[in-house]
Amino acid sequence: MLGFQPDDEQQLIRDTVAEFAREQLRPLAHDADESGLCPPSVVRQAWDLGLVQSTIPEAYGGVGAESSAVTGSLICEELAWGDLALALHILSPQLVTCPVIMLGTPEQKAQILSCYAGPHFTAGTAAVMEPRFDFDLNALTTTAERHHGAFVLNGTKCFVPLAAAATHLLVYARGDKGIAAFLLPQDTPGLSIGEREKNMGLKAVATYELRLDHCRVPASSQLQGDIQPVLNRSRVALSALAVGVARAAYEYAREYAKERTAFGTAIAQKQAIAFMLAEMATEIDAARLLVWEAAWKIDTGGDATREACLAKNYAANMVLTVTDNAVQTLGGHGYIRDHPVELWLRNGRGFATFEGLAII
Amino acid sequence: MIDFSLSPAVEKNRALLHAVADGTMRPISREYDEREHEKPTEWLNMMWEASKDMVSFGEGKQKKGADRKAEATERHPSERTIRSAVLIEELSWGDVGLYLSIPHPALGGAAVAAAGTPEQKERFLSRFRDGEPKWGAMAITEPGCGSDSAALTTTAVRDGDQWVINGTKIFCTSGLMAAEKSEGFVVVWATLDKSAGRAGIKAFVVNHHTPGMTVAKVEDKMGIRASDTAMLVFEDCRIPLDNILGQAEVKQSTAGFKGVMATFDATRPLVAASAIGVARAAVDYVRETLAAEGISIRYTTPPTKLTTLERDFMEMEANLQAARLLTWRAAWMLDQGIQNNLEASMAKAKAGSMVTQVTQKAVELLGPLGYSRKILLEKWMRDAKISDIYEGTQQINLLIIARRILGYSSQELN
Repeated sequence: MLGFQPDDEQQLIRDTVAEFAREQLRPLAHDADESGLCPPSVVRQAWDLGLVQSTIPEAYGGVGAESSAVTGSLICEELAWGDLALALHILSPQLVTCPVIMLGTPEQKAQILSCYAGPHFTAGTAAVMEPRFDFDLNALTTTAERHHGAFVLNGTKCFVPLAAAATHLLVYARGDKGIAAFLLPQDTPGLSIGEREKNMGLKAVATYELRLDHCRVPASSQLQGDIQPVLNRSRVALSALAVGVARAAYEYAREYAKERTAFGTAIAQKQAIAFMLAEMATEIDAARLLVWEAAWKIDTGGDATREACLAKNYAANMVLTVTDNAVQTLGGHGYIRDHPVELWLRNGRGFATFEGLAII
Repeated sequence: MIDFSLSPAVEKNRALLHAVADGTMRPISREYDEREHEKPTEWLNMMWEASKDMVSFGEGKQKKGADRKAEATERHPSERTIRSAVLIEELSWGDVGLYLSIPHPALGGAAVAAAGTPEQKERFLSRFRDGEPKWGAMAITEPGCGSDSAALTTTAVRDGDQWVINGTKIFCTSGLMAAEKSEGFVVVWATLDKSAGRAGIKAFVVNHHTPGMTVAKVEDKMGIRASDTAMLVFEDCRIPLDNILGQAEVKQSTAGFKGVMATFDATRPLVAASAIGVARAAVDYVRETLAAEGISIRYTTPPTKLTTLERDFMEMEANLQAARLLTWRAAWMLDQGIQNNLEASMAKAKAGSMVTQVTQKAVELLGPLGYSRKILLEKWMRDAKISDIYEGTQQINLLIIARRILGYSSQELN
């Protein structure tokens, strides 16, 4: 039966993560963006929250909590409200753990999951995107060809977070039956990790281009089964992160507009600004509800592909409009890096492009 | 609990109403668009019999403070508003003009239910339980004021044991049916004391065929032509003293005015639901037309690689669903007894702009077919536009949202 309130447990998790985002992430966001560094202390603190370990089954050292996409989307929104780059860094091990929990064989689970259930943050990552203007998950140019009972991977990937530090990399490639994913240890021969990328936003999270040159991996490294549910969880995660970025920008612009005066009143008292803020608030709520619905559909076991794709496109458009309007609300001040709104616009611009950067 | 499933009871009602919409409304939809000012009497009679206890829209009443909380925790929350929203979506999918013309207490009934005494509720609403079809109506708008309802000039003056009403009201939905063609009533907003501003504005129930109330004009409209929109003129129209809704004293407080405005929190999600029904009709039609041509939507393809047609269609679908979820949320809050003023306006603002854009885009996507009166798409576009205007225009709803999110009064943001 219809409901729009998180349950008590979800609300507790949401409040905890929101406090962490407010107290720890947000104060670091500016300097992390300027320096390109994600402070190890905050990564440690985030690890202690147990977000990654919680969904790993007890048999592999985790907590064994139910891996709810709705709960995951609540977490993503709050973390991204704090800072998107730091959020992506903190959540990156899930790029490996979530797909393995969903599709891994008992052997893969045993081999992989316990690495990410220890007392310290362990980097894991996924290589999804490719450096092409017409990048399309359905038409990956990275190929996986069968060869004597193994697979040979060839291609170039980009936007691979924490690739240099990752214990495992989940590489997506075009196999003979569509999209396939392979678990590669860091030291796989033929896998080379390039220079750290320089991007418009997400500066605090290290991302890399990587090359796969006749990279031979055993058949046992392939994730079995339908990959679409994995991609849907990624779409929902990205959409929820977009909602968090948009909400951060909207709230900042709203408070600024109440403080800033022009022609004798607060600019928020002018309809031109007030209406922009009203539309921002409405669109953020609209996108969040689409995200929740897609997540709910995942949790109830239905095929959420359509809902997840619609939510992703909607949220990607919404976050761009909202962050742009936030900069506009601040006028010239919005363009100055002393205020965070330009950072949110730079980060928000990426969502239409991002695929596979986060998963819940 | 975050849950997007409707209860089995609501789903069952939906299926039933969908059959009514598809089987009885669509077949006469074009006819009563073309034959404006004529009534599908047989269909109206059928709906009167069938819908008396089916669609209870506009009768939701918001409880205050502690009462609301106590009620929400004590008993199983109601799903009345959600049910109404779902049913109205189905009927509006069938034909929104016909839906609006169904014999029903409507907005006038909502005002009586929200602000009337138990005696008044019995006196005015019990008539809808039996007998011949009847209509309720609400008269607020005047030639000189619309969204700014506090500026209305219709007056009510006490004369002994009667109120005497003078003024002109326009855009009164089902005004003709309520005032002259049935034993219904019209709720008229008038001022007792113009100098008192909002505090002087009260709502009065004027019974059908009351001398001094005349239907001066029935408007010719762009869409929703099956529904009559009347101009009502009140010339020394005398009504009993106890036909006033709420207190007769003019206080400095605007509580009375706000009380009546609060009925909009209950009706806006339902107007939004109606807009969603029209939009869904258009989206369904486009999807079926494309499917017949062998075109399916590639949801997982990146937007930059989609055809414009696919991209537009996906945007229509997402916008439709976004508006529906905002609407369901506002309706759900009402059922839970949670204050929903902000969310009701969000739902109405989004649904109004969404249905306007979606139906206009649908006409564009289907090219010459879309523009032709051979199919209903062009009608839905004409029908849709009113959703962005009545029950608070897009702009008025944005104003309400803005005041809410900024914490401003109507003096601080106007």
